[in-house]
Formats: sequence, structure tokens, C-alpha cells
Amino acid sequence: MTFSALLLQLLNGLASASSLFLLAAGLSLIFGVTRIVNFAHGSFMMLGAYLAYSLIGRLGGGVGYWCAVLLSAIGVGSLGALVEATLLRRLYRAPELLQLIATFGLVLIVSDAVLHIWGAQDLLGPRAPGLGGTVSILGHAVPQYDLFLIACGPLVWLALTALLRRTRWGLLVRAASQDRVMTAALGVDQARLFSGVFFVGTLLAGLAGALQLPREPANLNIDLAVIADAFVVTVAGGLGSISGAFIAALIIGVVKALCIGIGELTLFGTTLDMSKLTLVVEFMVMAIVLIVRPWGLLGRPTAPAPNAERRELQQPPSRRFVYGIAAGLLLLVATGFVADEYTLVLLTEIALFALFGASLQLLMGAGGMASFGHAAFLGAGAYAAALASRVLPMGMALLIAPLVAGTLALFCGWFCVRLSGVYLAMLTLAFAQIVWSIVWQWDAVTGGSNGLVGIWPPAWLASPQAYYLLTLALVAAAMLLLWRVSFSTFGYALRAARDSATRAAASGIDVRRVRWAAFALAGAFAGFAGALYAYAKGSIAPEILAIPRSIDGLVIVLLGGLQALSGSLVGAAAFIGLQDTVARHTEYWRALVGAAILAITLAFPAGIVGTLKHWLRRERA
Amino acid sequence: MNQLLSAVAVALSLVATAAAQPVKLGELNSYKTFPAFLEPYKKGMELAVAEINASGGVLGRPLELITRDDNGNAGDAVRVAEELLAREKVDVLMGTFSSAVGLAVADFAKQRRVFFLAAEPLTDKIVWESGNRYTFRLRPSTYMQTAMLIPDAVRLNKKRWAIVYPNYEYGTSATAAFKQLMIARQASGIEFVEVAVPLGKIDAGPVVQALLDAKPDAIFSSLFAGDLAKFVREGELRGLFVDRPVLNLLGGEPEYLDPLQDEAPVGWYVTGYPWSEIKTPEHQRFLDAYQARYHDYPRQGSVVGYSAVMTIATAMRKAQSTASDKLVAAMAGLVVDTPFGKVTFRAQDHQSTMGAYVGRLALKNGKGVMADWKYADGADYLPSDDWVRAHRPSD
Repeated sequence: MTFSALLLQLLNGLASASSLFLLAAGLSLIFGVTRIVNFAHGSFMMLGAYLAYSLIGRLGGGVGYWCAVLLSAIGVGSLGALVEATLLRRLYRAPELLQLIATFGLVLIVSDAVLHIWGAQDLLGPRAPGLGGTVSILGHAVPQYDLFLIACGPLVWLALTALLRRTRWGLLVRAASQDRVMTAALGVDQARLFSGVFFVGTLLAGLAGALQLPREPANLNIDLAVIADAFVVTVAGGLGSISGAFIAALIIGVVKALCIGIGELTLFGTTLDMSKLTLVVEFMVMAIVLIVRPWGLLGRPTAPAPNAERRELQQPPSRRFVYGIAAGLLLLVATGFVADEYTLVLLTEIALFALFGASLQLLMGAGGMASFGHAAFLGAGAYAAALASRVLPMGMALLIAPLVAGTLALFCGWFCVRLSGVYLAMLTLAFAQIVWSIVWQWDAVTGGSNGLVGIWPPAWLASPQAYYLLTLALVAAAMLLLWRVSFSTFGYALRAARDSATRAAASGIDVRRVRWAAFALAGAFAGFAGALYAYAKGSIAPEILAIPRSIDGLVIVLLGGLQALSGSLVGAAAFIGLQDTVARHTEYWRALVGAAILAITLAFPAGIVGTLKHWLRRERA
Repeated sequence: MNQLLSAVAVALSLVATAAAQPVKLGELNSYKTFPAFLEPYKKGMELAVAEINASGGVLGRPLELITRDDNGNAGDAVRVAEELLAREKVDVLMGTFSSAVGLAVADFAKQRRVFFLAAEPLTDKIVWESGNRYTFRLRPSTYMQTAMLIPDAVRLNKKRWAIVYPNYEYGTSATAAFKQLMIARQASGIEFVEVAVPLGKIDAGPVVQALLDAKPDAIFSSLFAGDLAKFVREGELRGLFVDRPVLNLLGGEPEYLDPLQDEAPVGWYVTGYPWSEIKTPEHQRFLDAYQARYHDYPRQGSVVGYSAVMTIATAMRKAQSTASDKLVAAMAGLVVDTPFGKVTFRAQDHQSTMGAYVGRLALKNGKGVMADWKYADGADYLPSDDWVRAHRPSD
């Protein structure tokens, strides 16, 4: 790579970094103040691109173009503020990550709304007037628009810093990010402040979308394509730190450009195509940053979320609960002999995801460690079983799967349990993405993006009925074991470590080791669910360990109720049942599923089971 | 009198058709994941169903199309397929878009012994390495479409090729096929530089710059959709395509060409579907019917959807049955009328001989079109019987 080529790739990297920064800055601001992990941030960017496309068409070239860009940013910001004021505001008192799945519901709604309004075809906007050409740098043509974007990043950074440091509003925002309860106690109107933060944050996302239009057609994939990157930059930079996000965006933009620029690299006699690394390089950067600096580049240790301490001591299952479960199990066994085939297929799937959810629940509920990458272990188990099934009988494959997934979790967990909160969650996501990218590209072993086929159970288990009964038995046993674990000494130690690491350590609990063990155990159980999943489907593809599957896990756990024993059961039944019924009856099923998720989170802020319990208790009191 | 009689006969047959149990086609696809391709595809299927039912249905029974969204992933696709079979009691399965989903449903079809027509997936494996008795594929595969571009590539007689591809099955297969075929046809010191981009997330600036730095004589690309648009715009801007021929698989399909509008890259060699230029009677009839029904022009997906339904109807008529095993037998050498002309389903690998149009991009009235195109018949680009025997598992 020549010097001039290197320099040009640096410029390319800086241009991409700018739009990454706009996106991440908004996300960081929103999280810093409201503690909402806003999955819908990419959707706001997508809206910005589509709005800009339509407005540019109306307002025409020249000054009109730039007015259109600003107007669409403001439009998206207003929409963001409206969403905050009407929906999300109701969820600030909900425990932990519930807002996360509410914003996930929003993603689904926005995506179908955009499809309905703007149609399926990609919409390529015009080039920016006055910036459509190139300038010559070192004999190479560099787009003017790239230079404009490179300038935009620092300008927005300066503007935001001034806003936060020099204005009263900025002062309040900073106060609220440090201690929002105290800020409220001092008489600051929280509602207005939060709406304002949402306005600015989503405005930046909208602006990022509008500014991207000359480089990329408005399309329906923007939301999910950018959201992971936005999180990566935000977290690597340090949550709530605008300057950190700026630096992280620069690093990631440049590293990506260099990977493509370097191309094939020969090291120790083996040739590596660096461009293939672009699939995950941002996650690798984040993983390294988090391993070295657990709070990101410029982040500070954050105070625990305001709701974190409001947990009640979880009681071991009451006798009534045990009888209820036994009766339910009998009913399910009986169902296996009377229901039609498809009902059994659906129940099998619900059981598998309930187990997957339960394993995540051990990690998140009892362990207090949220994971955005739990599907990695589901997938590891599924692939382990699929590969083992080539040479071994099914029974052996089912045994090997949790061992492999558990070992992987043991490895990832060693790094992850050192972190906490969203940082921990994002490190799990990074590991999951790295595993995914290996599976995705290792054609010889994993079948690459195609996956593996022909993983069927032996003939006597092949019917939906037989497989359902097998799954029911194994999942029930695994769930009972999980519940047993969570009320053993180990489980109490885990909860003690969650609620107060210092006090737990003082009473002789090796906090890190307990958390690590929980991580490995959760991975192993997820892997077992994955193995059963592979045999249920007969095939396995990399989507099993991709981000959407991890989100499914989160939705199931949070929908059901994080701190309720039967939460994942109810969550899985609700989520999969919902998808199945809605998808059958309407074209816009995604929006409907999204709306339903949103409605459930609003009606049941502690999850379905959690909230029902509250109600029951109030009745009795 | 004769007219009256025939009118009565038609009316009677319609009554009979309406009374009969419908033949159910269970279709599953990633409608929400790839709407740009699949919306026109669905319209194509519905047009075919309407035409067939207007002429009395199949085996005296009306066709009923039941579509489901597979959520773009293999696991959900298998569940949806179960639902179609168990609850809707469909007679056959059809559809799917991506390779992973197509292969998963194909394997499911084999396990359940159900006829499955993979309409769209391009992966070579679905009929060859992972082929099975119950699975048939309509579209020309990645290998075939790459092979259709090879004559032009060889004629260019360039030495140093840059290859840019989306980093998943379709892109890697296209790249492998291109290299293999070029080395076989053009021995004299040909060399390749490759750039892999994440699907749907191309960093166009760095990619174009890297290609410029590699100083290739020509470029082979398998990019499509948003990646293609970004690549075209950035490449035009930076002068990547000046004096440098480009071959782009699928680049002429209206789904991916039309969004480029007047920025369609003139002179590129592409495979695609020049719907406004094809004047064969079979295509004209399809075009008229499609436009009359939808007031919109057909895309590549429309042809695939239409032809897929026609294939199944033709097979059922030949088999005089809707039973999967009879259909499998009827599919051997089955000839189907499609908007692209007659295509044959080969007995040895269940691949149809449907072809694609190969031509060069040009601008006409501010829109990208294909010029100097010709129809590349799929039959001419299929691997030899010996190769198939060596690579396809026996049933």
C-alpha cells in the first residue's frame, strides 16, 4: 500500500466516521440521561433518509436541498420527542431493560410504516448541489461530499459540546446523567428535559440519515444495518461521552477503511484477505477496548440504574407453584396425544425458546448480567450437535452440545464478568458477532452462510408427536434443574453478588467466580436448547447465532418477567404465539407484532407474570 | 347455436371448478426481508393463478395460493412449512429466496417427502451437492448466470481482474465460478484481486479506492440492491469505470437497475431482464396481462413467480395428480411455457433450463435499459451429465 493510497483510505475512513458519530452521539445522549437503550435509533436514521428523499423532491435543488436536509432532521427529532412523550415516558419506572424491548417494538412498526409509505424499491436521492464533484488530492479524485462530511463531524461535536457545557439546558442534562433522582428533587421538570434530550438525539439520527442520502439510496435495511455499529461506537467511546463517541467513530471508520485498503495480507506464509474482516472488525475493536478499558475510552463508571435496587428477594417456588407446574406438565403431556401436528410443532418451538429464555434469565435475572449475545451459545450448541450428528447418535450429540456451548461461554465469560451493565452486554454481543462471522465464513466446516442440513432425529423420534414429547421431557428436566440451581447456595450467592458486590465479597463470596460460573452454566443450557432446535428443524443456519436471535431471547425474558420463575415460559408462549397468529393473518404482521409488544410492555411493565403477581398481591392486601 | 353451447360448457365447467376442492399451493418467502424482489414476485404468482383458474383450473379443481412469510430465516421457514403442510394441508411447497432458507426447506421436503419447487434461490448446491428427489429449481443458478457472462469476459481479453462480491454464499460462489471458468477459457497469465464486502453494508468509498489502487484491467462484480447503487455512484465519481469494462451479475434486473435511474452505468455487461424490449409472443402476452392487471410493469421477480406457478400447474396436468411422488415423476423432462419461452426440467438434476438475458447497460429516456441483449438459454450453461453424476447425491 503506497503512502498516497494510505492517505486516501484515511480520508475515506474519516468520512464514514462522521455519519457514525452523528448516530452514536444521539444514542449516547439519550442513554446518558434516560438510560434507555434505544434500539430504534437506526429506524430514526432510516426515517431521516426517506424524509429527506421526499422533501428534496418537493423543495428542489440549491438552497431548497439543504432546507430539506434540515427539515427532515427536525421532523425526525419531533417524532422522537413525540414517541418519548407518549410511549417511553410511561416506562421509566419499569425495571431495567424493559424499555429496550419497547424500542424493539418501535423498530418493527417503523419498518412496516416506511414500507407502506415509500414502497419496497430503493430510492436513490440526487447528489448534494454544489458538492457533487471531486477534488484532486495526490492525483486521486476525492469526492467533495466526503470532505464536507469530514468537516461535519467535528462541527457537530463542537456544537454539542457547547450546548452541553455552555447552556443551562446542557447543565441540566449533565446533572440528570449523573443523578437523575437528585435532579428531579431539585425541581427540574424531568418530563420536559427527557423530551428535549430525545428531540436532540433523534434529530442527530435523522440528520445522519439525510446526510447519507447522496451516498446511499434510502432503503429498508438501514435500520438494522446501522444500529449495531451505532451501539459499538457509543459503548467503545464510553456511554454518555460525546467526545468518546467521536474518537471511537474515528478509530472504527479508519480501521474499516484500512482493512479494505490493505486487501490481501501475507503473514507467516498464510494469506489473509483483510476485506473479509469488515464483517466484524468494529466488534473486534470494541472487544479490545472493553477488555482494556471496562468503561470505554472516555466513559466513567456509571451509577447503577435508579431502579436496580428495587428488587425484592426472590422466594423459592411455593408449594402452590410446584403443584401448578406439575399440573401444567401433565396437561402438556396430554396435549401431545390429542393436538394436531402443527400445534405440537409450535409447542416444541415454544418449549425450546422457553429453555433458551430460562438460561438467559439465570444470567440476567439472578446474575444481573444482561447479555445481547446469548444466541452465540444457542448457536454453538446447535452447530456442535449438527456436526456431531454426522458421526454420533443423537443422544451423544445432545450431550456434546451443552459441553461445547458451555466451554465457549467459559471462555467469553472470563472477559465479560469483569464488566457490568450495558458494557457487559455489549461485550457479549461482540463475542457473539465474532463467533457468527467465523461460522458465516468457514464454509468447509460450518457450511458458511448456507449452514448445515440433514440433522434429523432417528425415525422413531421423527414424528412431530414423538419429538414434542421428547422435547417436553428434556426441557422440563432442564428447567427444573435451572430453578434448582437458582435456589441453591450458588443461586443465593449469585443474587448477593448482583445486589451488592462489596457486601457479597465481604461475606466470603468470590463474586467474579460465581458470576463466571453462572455465565458458563447459562451458556451450556442455551447450547442444549440449540441442539434440540437443530434436530427439530433438520437444518441449521448462521441466523441462529445472529443478533436478531439474541434479541428474541431478550424479548422473551422481558416480556414474561425477568424476576418471575415462569417468566420465560410465558414470554416464549406469548412471543412465538403472537408471531405465528399475526403472521398468518396480515401482510403487515411486523408492525402488528411490534404494536403488540409495545402494548404489552405498557400494560405489564414488570413483564406479564411479574405484573400479574403485583396485581394479585394488591388484591390480597 | 355453437356459441351458446360452448358458453354453457364453459359455465358448467366453471360451476364444477368452483364446487371442487381447491388444489393448494403452499408458498413461503422472505417477503419482509426482500420486498423489492418479492412484491412483484407475488403479483406474478397471483396473475398465473388467476389465469389458470379462469381457464378451468387444474384437474378440474381451482388453484389456491397460500403464502406465508418465513421471516428471512431457515428455522422459521421450517416451522412455516410445517404449518402449511399440517394445518393448511397444502399439496405442494414452493418459494424461498435466500440460499440458506432454500436449502433448509429442500431438506425438509426430502424428510417429509413433499414436492418442493425452489423458485428463486440461486445457490448451486440446491440441485447439485445438496440436491434431493423432491426438490426442483426454476431459476438459472449462480454458476449458470456467471457462465453466461464468460463469453463477453473472454472476448475482452483482459489480464488483471478485480472481483468485488457480497460476502456470503451467492457472492463467494459467483467469484469461485468466475475464476474457475476464466482460467479454463483464458490460460495466459490471468490474475485476480478480490474485495469482499458485508452484504448490505458496503463501505463504497474504501472499496472503490482499493480497486483503483489495485489497477485492474476489468472488474467482475456480483453486487446487487443497495450495495450496487452505492458502488456505482462512488465508482462513477472517482473515475473507477473509465476505460475499465465492468461485468455485473444481475445488474440488469429491473429491481436493481431501476433505482439507479439516469445514473445507470452505461456499457456494463449484465444479466437481467429487459422487459420493455422483448418482443416474443409469449412474453408480449404475459406483459399485456400483467400490465392490464396491475398497471405496472413486471420485474424479474414477476416472471419467476408467474413461471413457478405455471410449472406446478403443468406438472399436475401431466401427472394427472397432486401427489408428490407422481409430481416428481412428471417433472422429469417436463416442458413448461414461461414468458421466457419453453423451459425443460432436467431429469438428472431437477434444474430447469430457464435462461437469463445478457446485454450491456444503456440509457434511454433517462432510465437504465439493456442494449444489444440476447437470451442466454440456460441449457447451454449447465454442467455436463458426468459432472452432475459426480456431484449430486443419488436419490
